[in-house]
Amino acid sequence: MRIRIENGTVVDPSQNLDAKRTIYIDGKKIKDVLEPEDISNPPFSADETDYVYNAEGQIICPGFLDMHVHFRDPGQEYKETIETGCKAAAHGGFTDVCCMPNTVPVNDQPEITKYMIEKARALGGTRVHPVATISPGSNGKALTEMGLLLQAGACAFSDDGYPVTDAQLMRRAMEYARSFDALIISHCEEMRLASGVMNEGIISTRMGLAGIPNAAESIMVMRDIALCELTGARLHIAHVSTAQSVEAIRRAKEKGLPVTAETAPHYFTLTDSAVLEYDTNAKMNPPLRSEKDREAIRKGLADGVIDAIATDHAPHAELEKKVPFDLAANGIIGLETSVSLSMSLVHDGILTFSQFVEKMSLNPSKILKITPKMVASGQAADITIIDPSKAYSVSSKSFQSKSRNTPFDGWSCRGKVMRTIADGKIIY
Amino acid sequence: MNRFHKKHILDMASLSVDEIELILNTATALKEISERPIKKVPTLRGKSIVHFFHEPSTRTRTSFEIAAKRMSADTFSISASTSSMTKGETLLDTVTNLQAMNPDIIVMRHSVSGAPHFVAKHLNASVINAGDGMHAHPTQCLLDLMTAKEAVGKIKGLKLSIIGDIFHSRVARSNIVGFVKMGATVTVAGPCTMIPPGIDSLGAQVTHSLEEAISGADIIMTLRIQKERQNNFFFPSEREYASLFGLSYDRLKAMNKNAFIMHPGPINRGVELSSDVADCPESLILKQVANGVAIRMALIYLLMGGTRDAHSN
Ligand SMILES: [Zn+2]
Ligand SMILES: [Zn+2]
Repeated sequence: MRIRIENGTVVDPSQNLDAKRTIYIDGKKIKDVLEPEDISNPPFSADETDYVYNAEGQIICPGFLDMHVHFRDPGQEYKETIETGCKAAAHGGFTDVCCMPNTVPVNDQPEITKYMIEKARALGGTRVHPVATISPGSNGKALTEMGLLLQAGACAFSDDGYPVTDAQLMRRAMEYARSFDALIISHCEEMRLASGVMNEGIISTRMGLAGIPNAAESIMVMRDIALCELTGARLHIAHVSTAQSVEAIRRAKEKGLPVTAETAPHYFTLTDSAVLEYDTNAKMNPPLRSEKDREAIRKGLADGVIDAIATDHAPHAELEKKVPFDLAANGIIGLETSVSLSMSLVHDGILTFSQFVEKMSLNPSKILKITPKMVASGQAADITIIDPSKAYSVSSKSFQSKSRNTPFDGWSCRGKVMRTIADGKIIY
Repeated sequence: MNRFHKKHILDMASLSVDEIELILNTATALKEISERPIKKVPTLRGKSIVHFFHEPSTRTRTSFEIAAKRMSADTFSISASTSSMTKGETLLDTVTNLQAMNPDIIVMRHSVSGAPHFVAKHLNASVINAGDGMHAHPTQCLLDLMTAKEAVGKIKGLKLSIIGDIFHSRVARSNIVGFVKMGATVTVAGPCTMIPPGIDSLGAQVTHSLEEAISGADIIMTLRIQKERQNNFFFPSEREYASLFGLSYDRLKAMNKNAFIMHPGPINRGVELSSDVADCPESLILKQVANGVAIRMALIYLLMGGTRDAHSN
């Protein structure tokens, strides 16, 4: 298929580009990216064009990559499948996602890794890059066959959801991963401290809910940074939620350690006051924190301490959320609200548009050593088109995800995903 | 130099280039004895050698036994299970008792690094370290030097690659020190968990790529992978190790046409080495075993010759 995207502005930090361009897509590749004055010489004529998209007032970005999602497939397909998850991703502007391994069974075998990749490939939409576990069964008692898992297509290793409590295992995992220059993604949580159900603070006290102190996260962030310094392995801190974690990562980066970090839209958008009505859709792990933490996360994004925005998209069925707060499952879906919520950082002057694209596309690619997408001739046609000023209200009814557990239903947003193109195919 | 002035053989670091050459030349001269119909010379008649093995070993112990018998020395064996150490006796007690029996040489293997050095301090007899913990195995290095020299012609400029669990290997440590001292280049390869920090300070080059380790080597030495190392998370499985660092004949030939193969034994066939490599024409594994006897004959011969000088000093 031949596609022409005209009148839009390309924002591509990998080539320092922020200018009006016309894009010509032929098959799976970008054929040409032309300046407005050069379009008299197109690579294919209007007659040969199958589809024209008018991107007037819109931003054309290299395809977005969400490096932290949970697709529940295999094993809990009633929450999400690879198919519904990929559709939600495409709807949310993502050409690529990294699936966390806490499926049932967990992704600790090359066969499971291959299953995930193949299933997504057969669907022909958003691509799936599976993260495999650090330990078999994520039980924290041994190492997985990282070499074989990498050969099968795993992009990183994490026991997300089940933090590695044994420091010796984490040390060896990082050492072993360094043999392949593989990435370890750490879900930082000190399990004994993290025995509560929401952030520890004024609100948890007022509501009579057991709290999780910031230290439950930052202790493990600091431990893993120390192990990163010991082993030299590449370490990525998942879902940073506290000011202390941001500080620790800042110091690690100043030391030159190979540490990177992500946060999720809810941590720079909401605080623990969202829990006030015992809203189980505001329950996640790590929990929503205080205003001070939210400020620190926003600052960390602005000054580059936090490299990437990832959703931690965690689908749960209604019956797992329609229960008393203490008993509700942790996590919210995020793929279909991530871009709009993150755009508010641009509107609020915290990120430039180019920085926003870095957090959504360029940086996660670099962290995962996946070839960064570029809006340039000869590159794969992976493109996300956004209308930055389009105002709309979020309706979970329009979601492609199988689950509806979002606290953002009905929210007014400015900035919307208009099109997602992967390998030259319009997938949204 | 013809005289050997060392009292003990504890590690490769304490042997000079001249001493190593003397040992290798002596071993080459003595090797011929093992090829005679009557494989025995009366040289060390009346000398007594104690084989004190605190860690199970069949090969090294047998090799020392044969070496001593071919030189006509009297040998006595103490193992961990027969010594009083199982009854709570300390190493010092055991050694003091041994001293009372007035042996000339104690050949010693111990699971604790540095144990032979400890014993050497408290004994009048010569001590030969037959392997201590993860520290040193000098007689293995010497027999490897001898085998490598026979195969390639000279040690200087030779490229040796050691592949596997360097972390736990006394053979690797001794071979790095010994081969580098004699002018060879030594590369070690394995997953990062199995490469101890600072191993480069012993003179080894480090890589995590099997291809890199193998392609330029004259001699490739693979090390035994011990399944129990999984317990401390050094590697995930034998299946993965075999697929990443295991050597099959096809894989070997694809990366290097001419290299010789060594292994200190015992081999885990199908893990670090497939059978077709262990038994291939380039394999020096049986030559290593034969040279082991010659090296050990040379060492007890030289140490007995050196005792007189030690006494006169
Ligand atoms: Zn997590
Ligand atoms: Zn997660």
